[in-house]
Amino acid sequence: MSETGRKMGWKELPIGGYLLEPGSSMKYKTGDWRAFRPIIDQKKCVNCLLCWIYCPDGAIIRLEKNVDVNYDYCKGCGICANECPVKCISMVEEKW
Amino acid sequence: MVIFMAKVMGLTGNEAIAYAVKQCNVDVVAAYPITPQTVMVEVISEYIYNGEMDAEFICVESEHSAMSACIGASLAGARVFTGTASQGLALMHEMLYIASGLRCPIVMGVANRALSAPLNIHGDHSDMMGSRDCGWIQIYAENVQEAYDWTIQAFKIAEDPRVLLPVSVNIDGFILSHCVENVFVLEDDVVARFLPPRKPLITIDPTNPITVGAMCLPDYYFEVKFQQFQTLNESLKVIREVTKEYESLSGRKYDVLEAYAMEDAEAAILCIGSTAGTAKEVAKGLRREGKKVGVVKLWVYRPFPQEDLIKALGDVKALAVLDRAFSFGAPFNALCSDVISTLYKYRKDIRVFNCVYGLGGRDITPMEIRGIFEETLEIADTGRLKEYVRFIGVRE
Repeated sequence: MSETGRKMGWKELPIGGYLLEPGSSMKYKTGDWRAFRPIIDQKKCVNCLLCWIYCPDGAIIRLEKNVDVNYDYCKGCGICANECPVKCISMVEEKW
Repeated sequence: MVIFMAKVMGLTGNEAIAYAVKQCNVDVVAAYPITPQTVMVEVISEYIYNGEMDAEFICVESEHSAMSACIGASLAGARVFTGTASQGLALMHEMLYIASGLRCPIVMGVANRALSAPLNIHGDHSDMMGSRDCGWIQIYAENVQEAYDWTIQAFKIAEDPRVLLPVSVNIDGFILSHCVENVFVLEDDVVARFLPPRKPLITIDPTNPITVGAMCLPDYYFEVKFQQFQTLNESLKVIREVTKEYESLSGRKYDVLEAYAMEDAEAAILCIGSTAGTAKEVAKGLRREGKKVGVVKLWVYRPFPQEDLIKALGDVKALAVLDRAFSFGAPFNALCSDVISTLYKYRKDIRVFNCVYGLGGRDITPMEIRGIFEETLEIADTGRLKEYVRFIGVRE
């Protein structure tokens, strides 16, 4: 994942590694750092939103009645699975 | 060429740099006192207190913080100065790389001093040589006049949009920092015309947010650092341009190096800083005796002026390179290593030996320099090198 498309060379890059566009980290997808993938068992989920609160990457998506994972940014740290009071999140090894 | 009439002031190296900083209309100074630099920023703080200088003086708790504050102010678009020496420069080490990496055109006066241990407050080049790879432009002054002139030129070089790199102006601790010399100073308005207010290309500004200092992973780090590497190398051109412009208003000629009596020299000494003055004086005497000796003094140590050095050395047969710092465990010490690498690159066959001298502020005398010249002449004559590295005056 990471960034898609051609990477800039040293002549094109802004000086000093400056990022001149605010919010551009959205373009930098960190999902491929993941070694373990959180899988939510939607039948067990009580929508308490603790995973949404604890996720350090904001990678839990709030839906109408449940939550889901944004796999573009989830680094697979497992904090959501650890905090889940009903243990409905399992961490499954990624096969990249 | 119009030479502006200048006045003469009796100034120490520290005072001369402070006076130049005042004339350069610096916006922010963040510094921590350390011998032998203390007076430099002390005088600046007095200028600010007296209302002679409209700048913000940030008193910090360490040199690490001093450089950090300078980086922040520089990124916000200010013209920034700091001064330090020895342990202070060592404590700044981490931030020196950040200042150059973030392309902050900060100017820093360094009163070169030995590094502990053992504790020593006197002059040698161990401090700046320890940070020689930090990506700064590094200039060494021979006397107080040069310290004044280079400080003014340093801002112009640093802030040039083709450069945007920090510059250190080095003066030998005590020998220059505390010695009073007659200094020809420019009028304030002449300096102001030479150095108009800084016009930064990009600044940190809440109304137009950017990110500075973001993490850069293996996919981009190399390119960003290569950009900095290229810029530093190419800054030689800008340095030369600035010296030409400065000459036109001061009448004083600067360049990346000075070649003294090198036209037909067979043996030469290469050095940086105040020792060049003594070496030139000794060379003058030897020339009167008909000995073909010369001196090469580097004003700019980083970027290393390779082509200029080759040109300056001409047909010299033997060369003594004087280092005022140890590179522990290295085959040669810092300055000599750079000289030998350059000679290798340009396929120049000159017998070179390295003299380490003056550590911890020990004087180097004209007699000792004469001895080095005589040995260099002998090597030029016989082609035989006895020792690669010598240690001037060290007791067994």
